[in-house]
Amino acid sequence: MVNMGPQHPSTHGVFRMVMAVDGEVVVDVEPHIGYLHRGSEKLSENELYVQVVTLFDRLDYISNLNNEMVFCRSVEKLMGLEIPERAEYIRVILCELNRVASHLLFFGTFGLDAGAMTPVMYTFREREKIQSMFEMVTGARMMHNYIRIGGVKNDVPEDFHRRMHELIAELRKGIDESDKLLSFNEIFLARTKGIGVISADKAINYGMTGPSLRASGIPMDIRKDEPYSVYDRFDFGIPIGENGDCWDRYYVRVEEMRQSMKIIEQALDQIPEGSTITPTRLVLRPPKGEVYVRGENPRGELGVYLVSDGADRPYRVKVRPPSFCNLMAIKELIKGTYVADSVVILGSLDIVLGEVDR
Amino acid sequence: MSLLDLLKTISAIMGMLTVLSVIVLSLTLLERKFIGRIQMRKGPNRVGPFGLLQPVADAIKLVAKEDILPTWVDKVIYWVSPLVVFIPTFMIWVTIPVARDVVIRNLDMGLFYIIAFSVLSIVGLISAGWASANKYAIIGGFRAAAQLISYEIPIILSVLAIAMLAGSLNLERIVDAQATKPYIFLQPLGAFLFLCGGLAELGRTPFDIHPAESEVVGGPFVEYSGAHWSVFFLAEYINTFAIAALTTLLFLGGWLFPGLPGNVTASGVLVFLTKTYLVVLVIFWFRGTYPRLRIDQLMSLGWKVLVPLGFINVVVTAVALKTELPEIILGLISFVILASTFWIISVRMRTAPKPEYTVRLYDPSLEGLNAR
Amino acid sequence: MVENNNNGDKSPEEMVTLDEKGQFLEQTVPGLLSSYEIEIGRSSDTLALIIDPKDLLGIFNILKHDSQTYFDFLVCISVVDYIEYIQIVYHLLSTTKQHKLVVKADLDAGQPSISSLTSLWLGADWYEREGHDLFGVWFEGHPNLEPLLLYEGFEGHPGLKSYPLPEYKEW
Repeated sequence: MVNMGPQHPSTHGVFRMVMAVDGEVVVDVEPHIGYLHRGSEKLSENELYVQVVTLFDRLDYISNLNNEMVFCRSVEKLMGLEIPERAEYIRVILCELNRVASHLLFFGTFGLDAGAMTPVMYTFREREKIQSMFEMVTGARMMHNYIRIGGVKNDVPEDFHRRMHELIAELRKGIDESDKLLSFNEIFLARTKGIGVISADKAINYGMTGPSLRASGIPMDIRKDEPYSVYDRFDFGIPIGENGDCWDRYYVRVEEMRQSMKIIEQALDQIPEGSTITPTRLVLRPPKGEVYVRGENPRGELGVYLVSDGADRPYRVKVRPPSFCNLMAIKELIKGTYVADSVVILGSLDIVLGEVDR
Repeated sequence: MSLLDLLKTISAIMGMLTVLSVIVLSLTLLERKFIGRIQMRKGPNRVGPFGLLQPVADAIKLVAKEDILPTWVDKVIYWVSPLVVFIPTFMIWVTIPVARDVVIRNLDMGLFYIIAFSVLSIVGLISAGWASANKYAIIGGFRAAAQLISYEIPIILSVLAIAMLAGSLNLERIVDAQATKPYIFLQPLGAFLFLCGGLAELGRTPFDIHPAESEVVGGPFVEYSGAHWSVFFLAEYINTFAIAALTTLLFLGGWLFPGLPGNVTASGVLVFLTKTYLVVLVIFWFRGTYPRLRIDQLMSLGWKVLVPLGFINVVVTAVALKTELPEIILGLISFVILASTFWIISVRMRTAPKPEYTVRLYDPSLEGLNAR
Repeated sequence: MVENNNNGDKSPEEMVTLDEKGQFLEQTVPGLLSSYEIEIGRSSDTLALIIDPKDLLGIFNILKHDSQTYFDFLVCISVVDYIEYIQIVYHLLSTTKQHKLVVKADLDAGQPSISSLTSLWLGADWYEREGHDLFGVWFEGHPNLEPLLLYEGFEGHPGLKSYPLPEYKEW
């Protein structure tokens, strides 16, 4: 019996696994979550709609903007609110940038899990540039609260286009560099190829979404299946893996970063002028009803089931967090592997505990 | 032995301890600076000019830190283990010559003595893991035992071939035998085996399996803190330096360098240190670029690749000596074996054709959503 | 300022129409489930079925395996506390056909109990544990209904509307 976590460098937060080991082989594993449970859903029921956005920032604290966007879209859908096109484009650009930042973080920490200490420095350097960009646009590095119900907080700064193009060029170079450093390293391949394999049917049965599902060969991406915002106007591909092993889960994300940058470039070309927010009342009272809105987060499908009773606070907010569902498969994935593999497998799922525990 | 001799030996040992401590300090700084540069950072640069005083500050911090004694540890073993790891690493240095006659006691069985003593520190690692009463520590301890014992064999085999070539186990004579040709040209395979086994013995990337930080959180050292942890730390760096020094002595011609007098102490020490630090930098370079192997992969690499290669190396050397082949042919044979091994490994690791190592792009407009 | 509720008197069910896939489902699903008592409604722009809790497993078996519906993906299980009753909402999705369905079941607020879906979807496991944790819903047939998010020995079900929120105080 080995108790891995809640304090362990490779559990990406406060996740705990009780593993029964036979020498180096993991015979059984029991995951325990809930160390970061803050009751966000319950808290949301007691906040005004505009305030709930800040709570969503704190769910998946690596991809804040994507979270904000899903909640704002759900309220907008409930109210039938049209938002300006420029705001949609700004949202998409920032969300895709956030996706790149999130995958860069994954890239580095996955390298660390496999024992390589250099990739994390490379990717954090790139991620830092994105964070500065966020700071410039939204005023904050992490908890932005930038996407508001009805649009975005303010317009982008004047030299946004120039700096975005520069940033994209730098990111391309940086990602290629990190890719070259780690992806095809023989030892890295030996550590990740064929490890933690999950079949497509099993993955669907577990409700896995996002890159973890796509690595098993299923091209399920909400941006394509059910295009929201302005995603139907862009030309981009969905990277899918073949074996559903750790390496596929890793490389799908690397390719996804490249696709995201493609989207950003197209969005920068197409972005129209105009206002960035539809003015709304400060205290929103959406009509009575319920809505389920899905969005493609870096980790998979974030769903928000919002029930309104016509009051100024949501009656019920249920979050379907992608990491929560992806993490459910961990038992299946880890059983029968080595202790060292369990760390790599957990890393390849790319969980954020803030979202798992809510 | 007269009293004077005894005093001389003691003072020499004290001198060695001091010099080694200084070397360890320099190594820590060098490692941090070098890896910092690999990772496009600056490394420590706040304490003193260019961060030169950083190791001193670290040492003060380590000694001043609280020494935590967990409740369930086996106290005697827990406190003794660092020493068990530490003493053999120092004892090796008694017979490692830095330049001609710059050695505490040059033994005729020097190489044998070194190999024999370096294994002893394993005991310390296992007992540290056991005494810590921590599951990570015990996993780390067992990993260390498995790894260190299996990698001792390739080291011994490669050293054996060197001893056969030089006809001696005396390190000074081995260096003298390399006056015209460093053994790395005759024994590239042996050099590879030695460095590979040495890295594993040190527990450094890519073989840092027993202190693996992301898995067993430091392995046998997980419960140690403060001064006792720093003893392990010291031993690890001295071992690193020892492996680098042995590589220099056995394969790179020790203190000899074309054009420089081999008998002058100052130039000999300088050449020796330069070569050794270069080897150390190579070891650090590995650390900056490679991920970690898994324990079963490590064992299969050790037993299925390195040990057979070691035997082949010994046999080839023996046949070459018996039939008095020209040395250049021996070097060529050795090199061909090494190159073909690399080729076979890389082919085996890329068993699948290239396309498998890519992720394809899916375009629904082409294939339709019901493709699954 | 735009009036935030310009269709105030109409409920959202009347506002939106179903898309093609939704209409297809609206026609096929009642036929498939003719042996069960179901009520058809809307959840936003998706078709919603309101079913009797005791028919749950039978209905989901048909929905999952029938070639016309083939809902192989359980998106989410939400529990909503309506004070008089507790509603469980299942969101279903078909990965091949790309259509969605919402299934709702009303449970008794005093002793909410429903059969578990873990035999059909492994992914239902943690949702149900969470539902048990926060709302006290008993999922029959679930292999292991231990607390998931809350610590062991926690009293009460904090998701319920009746659970008091502690007063906020500065500290």
